[in-house]
Amino acid sequence: MANASNPVKEPPPGMVEKRGRGLWLTHALMILGVLVIFFPIWLAFVASTVPQAAITHPPMPLLPGDQFLTNYKRALFSGVNVPVATMLLNSLVMAMGIAVGKIAISILSAFAIVYFRFPGRNFFFWLIFITLMLPVEVRIVPTYQVIAGFGMLNSYSGLILPLIASATATFLFRQFFLTVPDELAEAARVDGARPMRFFVDILLPMSRTNIAALFVILFIYGWNQYLWPLLITTDPSMNTVVMGIKQMFPSGDDIADWPVIMATSILAMIPPVIVVISMQKLFIRGLVDSEK
Amino acid sequence: MEKRVTFKGWLLPLLLIAPQLLISGVFFFYPAAEAVWQSLFIPDPFGLSMQYVGLGNFEYLLSDPYYRASFLTTAVFSTLVTLVSMIPALFLAVLADRLVKGAGAYRTMLIWPYAVAPAVAGVLWLFMFNTRIGIVAWYLGLLGYDWNYVLNQNEAMGLVVVASSWGRISYNFLFYFAALQAVPKSVIEAAAIDGARFWRRFFTIVLPLLSPTTFFLLVVNIVYAFFETFGVIHTITSGGPQQATTILVYKVYADGFVGQDLGSSAAQSVILLLVVGLLTVLQFKFIEKRVHY
Repeated sequence: MANASNPVKEPPPGMVEKRGRGLWLTHALMILGVLVIFFPIWLAFVASTVPQAAITHPPMPLLPGDQFLTNYKRALFSGVNVPVATMLLNSLVMAMGIAVGKIAISILSAFAIVYFRFPGRNFFFWLIFITLMLPVEVRIVPTYQVIAGFGMLNSYSGLILPLIASATATFLFRQFFLTVPDELAEAARVDGARPMRFFVDILLPMSRTNIAALFVILFIYGWNQYLWPLLITTDPSMNTVVMGIKQMFPSGDDIADWPVIMATSILAMIPPVIVVISMQKLFIRGLVDSEK
Repeated sequence: MEKRVTFKGWLLPLLLIAPQLLISGVFFFYPAAEAVWQSLFIPDPFGLSMQYVGLGNFEYLLSDPYYRASFLTTAVFSTLVTLVSMIPALFLAVLADRLVKGAGAYRTMLIWPYAVAPAVAGVLWLFMFNTRIGIVAWYLGLLGYDWNYVLNQNEAMGLVVVASSWGRISYNFLFYFAALQAVPKSVIEAAAIDGARFWRRFFTIVLPLLSPTTFFLLVVNIVYAFFETFGVIHTITSGGPQQATTILVYKVYADGFVGQDLGSSAAQSVILLLVVGLLTVLQFKFIEKRVHY
């Protein structure tokens, strides 16, 4: 700790950054914090590797058991209502559809808004802008009726389309395009390049990092959706994994098949965790950008 | 801000913007308008016709003790989630910021929960606190505490708050950590030379410098608690016991899909629309403010 009566007008070592005992204390607290935060995941993993009996007779063990393969095989290929492999596939299609769909429609409309002057441009911009931040949770009943009217219940398009109607990505691309030097478009125009040439050859390659960062955020957003799939996938074979876990609990007083449910929970968190950890830098950048 | 160099033509840009307009129109504007429209009607019990009631649904809602209770529940819930997710995050970020080495490794570990869906987080916490087999519930029982969130309203609230805040700690940590790294070291050192101890430096210098981040996080966490915690509530308590954890979004779902009361559900959607609007304005006010820094 800093010594208040220290007459030296140089901060002695350890005054601002911790050294020695203080450093160990900081590390210890940090490790404690990480352990507490991590405990629920660890417990879920342990539960997914032990037999049911180990869980139904509390307290459950805190170290993994030997049923890893059995439980995961059971979850993946038989599950409770539907094999978890099917649900994982549905989640993957939904998350990819949302991420790719949203990026595609919004990069095009941002290009139109920034690089053209056309009648109704401002009006359209505001129209898109209004959709910013309004979650699907707020308009569930009418949106559900629209989807039902189109016969899109229990379909991938029904899962994906309503969730790509939001302006965050458009707004982001617009901000980015505005920072692209005018000289590039000028040069392209002088060379007689058509607008789409300019878009494909210059703008798209320049947006690579932005697209990747946005992809990470949108993939996780899509993967983790709960309410929307819950409403429109009444057919278990169309369930996504995140919403399907709850459906694995028996109604009434029956005992839940905990090892399989916890194995499913672990499987449900692996893809987004891999995306976040492996693309940590992009992810943090995407997070900061999309919230700006 | 506008581009000075633009391309000519009007057909191409309209084609480019068409997909987004179409999707927004069909899946956003139409349903939103429909929500406003439906909120003015009451369907008859057989769902065959609709009766116009003007603002009747709203009047009914605002005088409905359950709806008012849900408002209060949401306020308590979102305040608690905001506090429980921001304070530990700030604490961990301060610790990580003091470490020269190893901060990156801790950060990698701490990011995990963010990637876990709220509904999955709900299942994990449900598993620990399950009255019959939950390990934490069991140890509480050993200590003589009779844990039962299925019957006890406060325990139910506590559990959904913790389960909802858990993943947000990661999120808030990332933002606080980034903000702390941006605090100029010279300012801190100057204060240290003047004899300010760590906590004094923290409260008089660091915390005020973090206030833009704190304000931003307050708004996003409130938005999160309002709209994105549905999965947690649905998996753990389904709004119970006695509606003690029925937040507004859960009530829209419960009344609209379980109770089939479309008029009331639509009116609730409209009220939520207004809440979102208000929060959006707040957030933009913040962005404008930050531009001047």
